[in-house]
Amino acid sequence: MRFAVVQFGGSNCDRDVLHAVSDVCGVDCDLVWYKDGITKDYDAIVIPGGFSYGDYLRAGAIAARTPVMEGIRRHAAAGGLVLGICNGAQIGAESGLVPGTFTTNATPKFICRPICLRVETTASPFTRLYKEGEVIRVPIAHKEGRYVASPEELTRLNAEGRVAFRFCDADGNVTPVANPNGAAENITGVLGGPAKNVLCLMPHPERASEEVLGSADGKKIFLGMIRGIEEAGSRA
Amino acid sequence: MIFRATITIGLKEGMLDPEAAAIRHALGNLGFVTGDLRTKKLFIIRFEAADQQEAEEKAKAMCERLLANPVIHRYEVEVGA
Repeated sequence: MRFAVVQFGGSNCDRDVLHAVSDVCGVDCDLVWYKDGITKDYDAIVIPGGFSYGDYLRAGAIAARTPVMEGIRRHAAAGGLVLGICNGAQIGAESGLVPGTFTTNATPKFICRPICLRVETTASPFTRLYKEGEVIRVPIAHKEGRYVASPEELTRLNAEGRVAFRFCDADGNVTPVANPNGAAENITGVLGGPAKNVLCLMPHPERASEEVLGSADGKKIFLGMIRGIEEAGSRA
Repeated sequence: MIFRATITIGLKEGMLDPEAAAIRHALGNLGFVTGDLRTKKLFIIRFEAADQQEAEEKAKAMCERLLANPVIHRYEVEVGA
């Protein structure tokens, strides 16, 4: 099993993800410079956080139009796992891996703090190890993380169980007060792909993958992916 | 033939514009009482095209494929020689 973490100029959470995947979860993981493209048959591709292309034009807009994204789109279309974290989620939305977009926070400032998320579905490789409705603590660090989608798209996301995470309070209540960036319906994690095999989320699970970091709640996202890959391998 | 496209990209009607709200607030601090305030991005691009129609199509394609995000933006294109 092998993960890839794609590095763009301006990525800055690439090594954090590498640490979480390889040292914490014990899975082989390559750092892949975007200009080198996806040349191996990876089991999962992670687009990490950062400020690719300095957030010029819109966060994620320019990275989303680089040739490496063709390979990532093909991987996703074939059912391969793709995880976009923070800037990676913005890139994923800009490249159409998930519907909607992530734009300037309702109060236009950078927010960096631990928040609570409610797990909305366990029917995805990323959320399978959680319990539905479980409250997890994972930090956010963004200025352009307010999820926006058309009313029709929101209806479809809800109907198809493609909302992975919503901002909530410590008791799991999804309220406007618990919504740090004004996201539509408190949504901050969206599932895409033919088999919910793409997750784009603004919070940073790699920054909550060990108790020493204050929370290990995010680790189950990586472990869920690994479990899914193992099961698919044993079926093959 | 060289054409010059003037492309203006703004948020769709009804979209929250936090940046504009902050600017309006700052104007208020300076004593300027303002009503509606919107921000837009302006692109002035020179490029080659066979004729006016192709130039307009190219400018529109630039908006559709990169400059604007259809989820939140609307755009206006003016093309001249």
